[in-house]
Amino acid sequence: MPIIRRIDADSDLLFKALADPGRRKLLDVLHAHDGQTLNELCTHLDMTRQGVTQHLNLLEQANLVAVEWRGREKLHFLNPVPLQQLYERWIAKFEKPRLKAIADLKGKLEKSDG
Amino acid sequence: MARSKFVYVTYIRTTPEKLWSALTDGEFMKQYWFGTQCISQWKAGSEWRMVYPDGKVSDDGEIIEADPPRRLVIRWVHRTRPELTAEGASQCTMELEPFSSAVKLTITHTIEQDPSKFIEAVSGGWPKILSNLKSLLETGSTALGEVYPKG
Repeated sequence: MPIIRRIDADSDLLFKALADPGRRKLLDVLHAHDGQTLNELCTHLDMTRQGVTQHLNLLEQANLVAVEWRGREKLHFLNPVPLQQLYERWIAKFEKPRLKAIADLKGKLEKSDG
Repeated sequence: MARSKFVYVTYIRTTPEKLWSALTDGEFMKQYWFGTQCISQWKAGSEWRMVYPDGKVSDDGEIIEADPPRRLVIRWVHRTRPELTAEGASQCTMELEPFSSAVKLTITHTIEQDPSKFIEAVSGGWPKILSNLKSLLETGSTALGEVYPKG
């Protein structure tokens, strides 16, 4: 598969994972306290254990959650690397011309005032 | 003792050998680490230091474990901000595992202190570095080069 199409497939998983308030809440809970077990995560959320498990699986597939085993316990860590890539792809490049436009506008307005 | 830790993962479409070389070649590193490079012989027991573009050593320590192209463990002490140096040594582990046509790179950074200003400081930098590294190895260029001009 060409590289661009493979990157698009990664993006589909990422956007799908983010398109749910419960999963976004899970990311916030991990951001507040990283490295939690399923049991610990369940206490913060108004969801069934099964629901949390399914959400975690989708977040893992999208690589937004990294897991590590401590004995028989599975610890969940927030992985921000795909969010960084999303930022670069969808925000940073659009931000740049706008910042320039604002700077140009400021320059023009200040010139005409004077 | 309480511990602070983060685990970052990225999948890079390359080979473990190329990724290992990208992680240990100082000159190559500058391309994705915003001009910074790490200098070491990359063998267990050898010294390790991170050098800013202006030549200042920001962090140092030594290689605890080196198993190319699979696993690298670094004893890592910060040197420029006294409040971070005071927290003592941290440990950074890089693991490379083949995963279908890609390599799974896992970076784990821990310090025996919670909360930790050091972990807070480095956790913000790693996603940009890893994202740059992935772009560089997969497409030949970094996306962030323009967004964060070399300082």
